[in-house]
Amino acid sequence: MPRIKAHFDRLSHLFLPLSVLVILIVINLIKGADYFRITMVNGAFYGNIPNILFGASELVILAIGMTLVTAASRGQDISIGEIGAIASAIFVQYVLRAGSAVTLWTILAGFLISCVAGLLIGAFNGTLVSFFRVQPMVATLILFLGGRSIAFIIDGKVSPILANEISNQIGTVIPGVPIQTPIILTAVFIAVVVVVLKTTNLRLYVEAVGINPNAARLNGIDPKKIIFLTFLIMGVCSAVAGFIAVNKAGRHDSVNLLKFIMMDAILAVALGGNSLGGGKFSITGSIIGAYTIEILNRTLLRLEVNPEAIKAFKAVFIIILMVIASPVVRAFVRKVVDKAKTIVAANSVRKTVGLNKAVFFITDSSAGKKEE
Amino acid sequence: MLSEIILKMEGISKSFPGVRALHNVDFTLRRGEIHALMGENGAGKSTLIKIITGVYEKDAGQITIEGRPVQFKSPQDAQNMGIGTVFQEIALCPNLTVAENMFIGRSRSNFVKWKQMNAKAAEMLKSLGIPASPTQELASCSIAVQQMIAIARAVDMDCKILILDEPTSSLDEDEVQKLFALMRELKARGVGIIFITHFIDQVYEISDRITVLRNGELIGEYETAALPQIELISKMMGKALSDVTAMKKHEPPKAENSVPIFEAKELSSAAGVKPFNFAIQKGEVNGFAGLLGSGRSESVRAIFAADKVTGGEVKINGKRVKIKTPLDAMKQGIGYLPEDRKGDGIIDELSVRDNIILALQVMKGFFKPLSWKQTEEFAHQFVEKLEIKTPSLNTPIKSLSGGNQQKVILARWLLTHPMYLILDEPTRGIDVGTKVEIQKLVLKLAEEGMSLTFISSEIDEMLRVCSRLIVMKDREIIGELSGMNLTEQDVMHMIAQGGK
Amino acid sequence: MKKFGLLLLVAVLVLSVACGLALAAPQKLIKVGIVNLPPEESGYRQANVEDMNKVFSRENGYDAKQTNTADNSEQIAAARGYIRDGVDYLLISAANATGWDDVLQSAKRAGVKVILFDRLIDTDPSNYEAALVSDMHYEGQLATDWVLNNVPKPIKLVLIRGQLGSAAEIGRSAPVLKAAQEGKLEIVADGTGGDTWSLEEARKVVEAAIAAGKDFNVIYAQNDGMAQGAVQALEAAGISHGKNGKVKIIGFDFNRFALRNVQAGYWDADVQCNPRQASQIDQWIKSGNIPKGIVYQQELILTTDTITDEHIEKYGINADPGKGVITR
Repeated sequence: MPRIKAHFDRLSHLFLPLSVLVILIVINLIKGADYFRITMVNGAFYGNIPNILFGASELVILAIGMTLVTAASRGQDISIGEIGAIASAIFVQYVLRAGSAVTLWTILAGFLISCVAGLLIGAFNGTLVSFFRVQPMVATLILFLGGRSIAFIIDGKVSPILANEISNQIGTVIPGVPIQTPIILTAVFIAVVVVVLKTTNLRLYVEAVGINPNAARLNGIDPKKIIFLTFLIMGVCSAVAGFIAVNKAGRHDSVNLLKFIMMDAILAVALGGNSLGGGKFSITGSIIGAYTIEILNRTLLRLEVNPEAIKAFKAVFIIILMVIASPVVRAFVRKVVDKAKTIVAANSVRKTVGLNKAVFFITDSSAGKKEE
Repeated sequence: MLSEIILKMEGISKSFPGVRALHNVDFTLRRGEIHALMGENGAGKSTLIKIITGVYEKDAGQITIEGRPVQFKSPQDAQNMGIGTVFQEIALCPNLTVAENMFIGRSRSNFVKWKQMNAKAAEMLKSLGIPASPTQELASCSIAVQQMIAIARAVDMDCKILILDEPTSSLDEDEVQKLFALMRELKARGVGIIFITHFIDQVYEISDRITVLRNGELIGEYETAALPQIELISKMMGKALSDVTAMKKHEPPKAENSVPIFEAKELSSAAGVKPFNFAIQKGEVNGFAGLLGSGRSESVRAIFAADKVTGGEVKINGKRVKIKTPLDAMKQGIGYLPEDRKGDGIIDELSVRDNIILALQVMKGFFKPLSWKQTEEFAHQFVEKLEIKTPSLNTPIKSLSGGNQQKVILARWLLTHPMYLILDEPTRGIDVGTKVEIQKLVLKLAEEGMSLTFISSEIDEMLRVCSRLIVMKDREIIGELSGMNLTEQDVMHMIAQGGK
Repeated sequence: MKKFGLLLLVAVLVLSVACGLALAAPQKLIKVGIVNLPPEESGYRQANVEDMNKVFSRENGYDAKQTNTADNSEQIAAARGYIRDGVDYLLISAANATGWDDVLQSAKRAGVKVILFDRLIDTDPSNYEAALVSDMHYEGQLATDWVLNNVPKPIKLVLIRGQLGSAAEIGRSAPVLKAAQEGKLEIVADGTGGDTWSLEEARKVVEAAIAAGKDFNVIYAQNDGMAQGAVQALEAAGISHGKNGKVKIIGFDFNRFALRNVQAGYWDADVQCNPRQASQIDQWIKSGNIPKGIVYQQELILTTDTITDEHIEKYGINADPGKGVITR
């Protein structure tokens, strides 16, 4: 029972991203009642949901890494798209070296090498941030500015083509499997993250360092190492995202691959109810945040917003979402709910079970914050 | 003494979901009196203060100020009614000048008239006897002066009622006297002062009356002169007098032939303490005595490698070991409760559970997380054992009172079963009941064979628990005192004479 | 005497040969300063820089110095340096269209002839000799004409724009928008990559159109990557495209992978954006006949029916996947 309670406490952070998600889905349902419809096309599921899951796969993976970096270093990595571009450039070069005899092993080895590249780049950023105490955004600005040139040079100054069948299947579907491969890869990645969180103290260490590095140090945690570690993880996340993106594209376009994706990744972290100032984090929130952004992008297209106005619309939407998310509004909602609860209790009228349950759920899930 | 009543609170109640914080509490404050508000953790002091200052809305009861009923909707309302508050943590801007801190955010026009402001500030500082210049940067003032400036700021707003919440907890004796002089000055001007502190002696020194709360209820209102100290303590704790006085320290263990459990030779650290020698026997409780800034905290931090160790050697049970990081120290069985609870101790947003298991978890290692069930058991065990008052194990530690936070940090270290535990100011800023509990716990742990170093700014407290005192002055050990019948005078004497 | 005459003859011959050689050796090289953007900017720029290097070489009679940077102030500094060095010609592809007035005027005073390539500068036309650029509007017109003539009526078009407000987006959008206004075709969906030219955004635009139940028979994507993303969306939805398919596909930029896709009938057409201004400029300089003002490059449209391997080899940019290889 207490354990469930603890989960509710965590869930209260998800109130924001979930409510936003619901609003967007309602808008889409109004626009077309068949929003959730899924059909089979060429042996694979097709519909809005698979499209969203497919489209957001890189963003979800990057949002996970960004969550950890934010929580520990109290700053953001703005070079993630560039890390992805460099790591995937290395992957492509490795695969192309195999010529026409590309096997699953070639791809796998190339993937692992690109992950190592991601680790090394992450180590570079992490060293600057943790050991030289450069602000994360400034430290990662270096690669943000220079990363794509490096990728372009690795590419041999052309956009190399990844024209093998396995890559194509990784970017689309594997025959006989009804779910698109990037969706599966994302699910596997999330599963790995869950296992890591379960079998290590990553969460406790990162949160402790993000909230109070001094206290963390006096309890035997080395804040430098933990911040460094989160940048390593960010590097791997970027490499995996780059791997998925380049296989989707079938060629390596160092200019456009994962361009400006750090904006959406940071936004996903914020929408997920995480503080951009570090500390406690919710990866579930960030994942929901990432899907929410993907749905938001698609909703704007679905609403046929004029292309010239689409960015303004997105900005307005985000401002509204962030206001809803702000502690001020949340405190207000909590107050209203508390009042409602006391009224319900005072009248002790048995309303419909559904209403009571709803009120109970909301107040319960916000109880953890009440003592502040 | 029967001067006019300026604040009257009757039948005040306040509940939070699941907690009854105040129940039917009365409180009166007269013009020109200093009124101490006393009580343990969770007695309801903070809640009462927050209702007076408009932070919380009361559920029931009535507040009248100078005979008129008032209803506060916000802290601004309360301020407008002439209620000023100064909290323990100074809420000023250290990089602004003294005058700026006194006036900024309060001037009616948006344009600050610097000259006028500085002149007015100078006048006020002088009249209140505060030793600071208006154009001085606040950070360059001592904590006590900063505290006084905060009071000056509050007082200037035509303040009739001044609330001082633990204003003396980070001041030394001299500074306390300066603050008291200021309080007396304000008292003479007719300001009613509500004074909250955990220093019993100070209550008796300055206050006229005392109101005691316990568990959200009013225990009573007393003339200070008519209430003996020991009775006050027992009223606050709700325990019989014998309980409070029964504490007795035990004989120090015989040290002659045994190898010290911990021994340091010529130890020094980057924090600037002079190389020192130190040893502690199994089951011994000793302490570092000295004034603020004498280097007592720096010394224990060097033992735990909390600051970078720059020289010396360390032996555990006679065997040389290397302690370069806090983790090394922890692995050697040393625990360290830091002086700055907020800055170095608690991880404020994490739950009570996580805060309790933190050190044990780190010692187990990154790849060996405790199971949920284990954390539940450990945390629960210590919440019960140390009587930590918390709504649940998942409550963030920052919403606990200071004393309960301190107990959580104690629990954290006890859970690691250290053979040597360092407690730096474990009783600072916490109420008297918890203080006594912690002192008793220290003696009990020593009896069970743990070695402890206990540091406190209150020498009498150290005398109660420590069998040996290492006396420090100017970052250097100047001597040692031991024996069952040490007095405060002995220690003072040694500090004054600078050794032997 | 005879001997002397012979000796004299030899001496004269040797001298004259020596003089001839001496005259031939410093045959005057044309001094050129090139201010360009860095090749890592894009495949287009890479082809552009490569072409500049090839044409303005010593073998071709040029003494060329080159600065490639995306920083406008660095570019201006480099241009000043070249003017000081006394170059004959200054070739500029500017990072920013503004801030060049001073340096262009000092070039004029120093008698250095300025030729702009690929990008125009906001300045008085008298400040430079000629400008050789791609006409984005012309490219858009080529594509729009092809759509009007080759897509079965009624034409229902999905427009995918690149980075909003860029010269390429504005130029390539205008003819299509005009045709729609004139009722020659209907734009059923209008989307953009926002700040990018990315494949993913293009894919989303088409997916949204499909989800909204839009019926369309041509996709007009403003670069090859976006066309690729659009086709991916069709593939996933099981909608046919290309030579024998329902939806016609047209892209821009002549990436070799795109041309191979056109050749294979996977796409239908592609419009050139020519990065190779060097040989045209070379011709102007060598002939001494430099036109005045803005000159637009000739650009091509290739379709599945007209494309040849030679086209791909000669005009394409970026990597060639190889004949018959489709890039999905």
